[in-house]
Amino acid sequence: MSLETYKPGSYPNLPPPLGTVGVSGWVRNNLFSSISNSLLTILSVTLLYYLIFGIVDWFLLDAVFDANSKIECRKINDGACWAVVSRRIGQFVYGFYPEAERWRIDITFYAMFFAFAPLLYPDVPKRKYLLWFSGIYPILAYLFINGGYFGLTKIEYSLFGGFMLTVIIGVTGIVCSLPIGILLALGRQSKLTVVRTLCVCFIEFMRGVPLITLLFVASSMLNYFMPPGTNFSILVRVIIMFTFFSAAYIAEVIRGGIQAIPKGQYEAADALGLNYWQKTRFITLPQAMKISIPGIVNTFIGLYKDTTLVVVIGLLDPLGIARASLADTKWNGLSIEVYIFVALFFFVSCLAMSRYSLWLENKLNTDHK
Amino acid sequence: MVNNTNSTKPVIEIKEMHKWFGSFHVLKNISLKVKQGERIVICGPSGSGKSTLIRCINRLEVHQKGDIIVNETELTGDLKNLEAIRSDVGMVFQSFNLFPHLSVLENCTLAPIWVKGLPKKEANDLAMELLTRVKIPEQALKFPGQLSGGQQQRVAIARSLCMQPKIMLFDEPTSALDPEMIKEVLDTMIELAETGMTMLVVTHEMGFAKKVADSVIFMDEGEIIEQNDPNNFFNNPKNDRTKLFLSQILNH
Repeated sequence: MSLETYKPGSYPNLPPPLGTVGVSGWVRNNLFSSISNSLLTILSVTLLYYLIFGIVDWFLLDAVFDANSKIECRKINDGACWAVVSRRIGQFVYGFYPEAERWRIDITFYAMFFAFAPLLYPDVPKRKYLLWFSGIYPILAYLFINGGYFGLTKIEYSLFGGFMLTVIIGVTGIVCSLPIGILLALGRQSKLTVVRTLCVCFIEFMRGVPLITLLFVASSMLNYFMPPGTNFSILVRVIIMFTFFSAAYIAEVIRGGIQAIPKGQYEAADALGLNYWQKTRFITLPQAMKISIPGIVNTFIGLYKDTTLVVVIGLLDPLGIARASLADTKWNGLSIEVYIFVALFFFVSCLAMSRYSLWLENKLNTDHK
Repeated sequence: MVNNTNSTKPVIEIKEMHKWFGSFHVLKNISLKVKQGERIVICGPSGSGKSTLIRCINRLEVHQKGDIIVNETELTGDLKNLEAIRSDVGMVFQSFNLFPHLSVLENCTLAPIWVKGLPKKEANDLAMELLTRVKIPEQALKFPGQLSGGQQQRVAIARSLCMQPKIMLFDEPTSALDPEMIKEVLDTMIELAETGMTMLVVTHEMGFAKKVADSVIFMDEGEIIEQNDPNNFFNNPKNDRTKLFLSQILNH
């Protein structure tokens, strides 16, 4: 085909030359634009090929999903021995919660999505009614998991464990720390000296102390500080510590958001005659929260992963269960499989949070729609 | 008639008012009376304290000495008085200061609903009426970030008017606008003046001053140097500083 020159606009419907757009164009421009680039492309593709097939082989194709022990696993095939997980999946999910009662955890877990839906997605159908459910859900969940009422067997906290423990501590901590964090952030900006001082002291103390120290305090000392007669269970004490710890961080993240709001916003609100609480509710917080979403979710993800620290005070979170499995002589030495499984659980939960926050940021962006 | 008694008494009365920013004396011995329906334009070089003066009238800035009486209520630290005065005094800012997270309509209805306790439907109707008056009812459901500067400033004017104020303060309303948008905002302000609204306008738009002002004030270094009706103010200014300022601003 000979190259011809056309006057611009003389063939408005002519397609662009082959190989400059679409898949072939992209490949040519990005992967084979020069000799060295082509060599690098071929080399990388070869490496990726071996790497991916090696991984897929180990994870799936050569893996053993059911066996009675590690030795049996190795006899069947030489990939991952997922039997350690599948044989102990119950413990990984529920800890030592009695098997006959585990349906209570399942129901509570699935109900949680209905409780969160109206809070996380404003466009959910029948949101008004669902919000009522969100309101009573914490009480229902507490009664249901704990038992001791309505003919449900009472289950001791010491039997809680596994992913269920992570979700209980993580979700309760997240839900409680957000409002406390908001109040602390507002308190720190308050004109009332007493309120401000209290908030500053609380925030600085909680941020200045390692979480593990707080957990040891929760496990050993907290009951000394409580009035005589009160006796929180260890789980409640741990949740309180997690909540306070992340509330302090959230408070600082939100304070950053509040300070990023231009002064003119307050002046406009003042000039319209809005009082402090109206200004806070309609002008300050909506804007500050929007700015702080990445920081808040960051703190939440941190808190969620930090729940694994409860292992140091003897609670059996997924890592505790993992260690217990590895201590079993039948499964000795399968740490890679066990820890990959636990890591995968955390990764999926945290990815969900981070994706949600991106979605929310986009939704709230009113700048240039 | 109620109007008659109102027109004899000033709606804003400032008596020997002083203000300091730290040790800097920004406003010196300001005395000013504004009657019902009067339109006053305040001009002067930058840093002369003209913005600070009108910001004192709804207490966005606190004065340290002297009295400011708005609608027969003295401006003090008392919050109840302050909120009452602020809902009677509307303000339009140089940088619009619309709430970016609320739609145009919500910007307009927020204060009427929560400060005045208007039912939502009435507030919406009122807001649409005023948005129509500033000629942008079709933008009601958009967000401020989607509008041009001139449109945003007109929304800001409508937002203030939704509180049905007795007095409107304008703090350099056209200074942040591109030239082609200044006219639409000034036209809106001229129409507002024709309805008999009491207006205090800080501006360098001398054409606007000549057209609508009852009285023009020249400020320099925190003092009111000269106050006169526009005709005398522009044609035979008495003070040398006024003459200099006018020669600078009119001869280009």
